[in-house]
Amino acid sequence: MQTPLKTTLSINGTRHEIEGDARLTLLDALRDHLGLTGSKKGCDHGQCGACTVLLNGRRVNSCLTLLCMHDGDEVTTIEGLGTPDTPSDLQRAFVDRDGMQCGYCTPGQICSATAMIEEIRQGWPSHASEGLEGEVAPTPAEIAERMSGNLCRCGCYPNIVDAIADVIAEEGP
Amino acid sequence: MNPFAYHRARDEQDATATAADDGTSFVAGATNLVDLMKLGVKTPGRLVDITRIEGLDRIERTDDGGLRIGTLVTNSDLAADPVVRRDYPVLSRAILAGASGQLRNKATTGGNLLQHPRCPYFQDLAMPCNMREPGSGCAAQGGPMRLHAILGTSAACIAAHPGDMGVAMGVLDAAVETARPGQEGRSLSLEELYRLPGERPDIRTVLEPGEMIRAVVLPPPPGGTHVYRKVRDRASYAFALVSTAVVLRLEDGYIQAGRIALGGVAPRPWRNPHAEEAMTGEPPSEALFDRVANILLAEAVDRSALGRDGAPGFKIDLARRTIRAALWQAVERSEGGAGKTAGEAA
Ligand SMILES: Cc1cc2nc3c(=O)[nH]c(=O)nc-3n(C[C@H](O)[C@H](O)[C@H](O)COP(=O)(O)OP(=O)(O)OC[C@H]3O[C@@H](n4cnc5c(N)ncnc54)[C@H](O)[C@@H]3O)c2cc1C
Ligand code: SF4
Ligand code: FES
Ligand code: FES
Repeated sequence: MQTPLKTTLSINGTRHEIEGDARLTLLDALRDHLGLTGSKKGCDHGQCGACTVLLNGRRVNSCLTLLCMHDGDEVTTIEGLGTPDTPSDLQRAFVDRDGMQCGYCTPGQICSATAMIEEIRQGWPSHASEGLEGEVAPTPAEIAERMSGNLCRCGCYPNIVDAIADVIAEEGP
Repeated sequence: MNPFAYHRARDEQDATATAADDGTSFVAGATNLVDLMKLGVKTPGRLVDITRIEGLDRIERTDDGGLRIGTLVTNSDLAADPVVRRDYPVLSRAILAGASGQLRNKATTGGNLLQHPRCPYFQDLAMPCNMREPGSGCAAQGGPMRLHAILGTSAACIAAHPGDMGVAMGVLDAAVETARPGQEGRSLSLEELYRLPGERPDIRTVLEPGEMIRAVVLPPPPGGTHVYRKVRDRASYAFALVSTAVVLRLEDGYIQAGRIALGGVAPRPWRNPHAEEAMTGEPPSEALFDRVANILLAEAVDRSALGRDGAPGFKIDLARRTIRAALWQAVERSEGGAGKTAGEAA
């Protein structure tokens, strides 16, 4: 064992000091040290997106990064996006559109979509974009391509795309 | 994961000096290294975290009108950069064809270039692999493989460079700028950076202990029409079976200059000057593009076998078709007047 490292970071707006082995991933820190079990471990290898969280506002796979690398960073998990009483627009849209069956991929899907909508606003192109410049048309093909880092074993993709499209349409560009 | 010491580098000098020690690895986006550490494939005793070094996350114009991309620039930022989108669209396209939105947000320029091959036997400690354990053998050969190389391989290893970004950087004549412990850094072309496996597939690059990538430098924009065409087993979030980066300048029905680099088929982004010279001054035709493909693939050998009957692999044919399709795509787009800003989806 190495001497434990202290990492101080903000999680869902609250400052946390976590002491742990250098091997501790951000995902395991969230789940096992802080009891924030919304972020899920699907594959632990960056292949499924169930562990997606927002790191300084951008979506990342929390399973593939080490907690000790994130001193001073800001993390938002599904728990920080909304609550059952005050859900975020995407959380509500996933319920309205039945964007899940077992629900295991859902926290990752919603965190991912939250940041993805912001990426569209910033005008980031995607593999599905016709051109690289200009505004992004949030077509179903664009949404599907941009969400390809989140797998759903239950195959809820059509409803997930609909839920995201609803929110984009409501909130406007 | 094996236990390791963690060091957050203050600056380049601290990083290179610390990383020169045996068993030490740089870590940047961590998306490749931590993955391999979990599998036990990589067991560094110490990690040198370079992500807090100042000044390495910028994209800047160079004096000659090119672009200098700091190693900590993420794949997302690079693909979305307005200058890259306008002047080097093949680079945006290649990056956007790789990995996922989440991974591109973490993946760095240097980390992407130095990512390890996706050979399943390399990742499986129970299998012999000369890259992981020199002299143990190569489990990939003669078996069913899809992500293997057909060019630049050796009897010891058939692993391919799996990345997309590097293929575009290859076609753009990018150079890697390094920092070294105790001496000046240097500039390396991608051909110089990556070693071919030969007898020592475990030594993937010419980087010395402690030598760090600081930046990638692109020459001034090449103009022309840019295409990145990637063939993979699913429509998104999958590594290339074959990919092709093309930059083509067509004027009055003649190719003024054509460049082509292949991905997913060799231990490094693959170019061949003879194939490119063959295009210069010629009008596009089936025969010409066949010739280009023939030159590029003249030395190709497929050491995999598909299925128990040992049927030969599919890759050489797939590469041939992908080369032709990408070149025609570039021609059609040039003729459509879309020019260099097109960079449309493949
Ligand atoms: C599921 C999955 C799918 C993927 N699909 C694709 C794909 O389709 N196309 C594609 O191109 N990539 C793909 N990737 C790979 C991804 O692009 C790489 O993991 C990423 O680019 C690596 O960058 P990093 O900064 O995270 O590297 P790290 O993991 O931090 O480092 C990788 C290696 O580079 C070394 N290193 C890093 N920076 C430096 C430096 N500055 N100087 C010297 N050495 C350095 C490290 O020591 C390590 O050996 C995929 C990955 C996953 C997990
Ligand atoms: S192809 Fe290379 S990486 Fe794969 S098993 Fe053989 S030696 Fe190892
Ligand atoms: S658990 Fe992180 S991507 Fe699957
Ligand atoms: S709802 Fe079950 S995995 Fe997506």
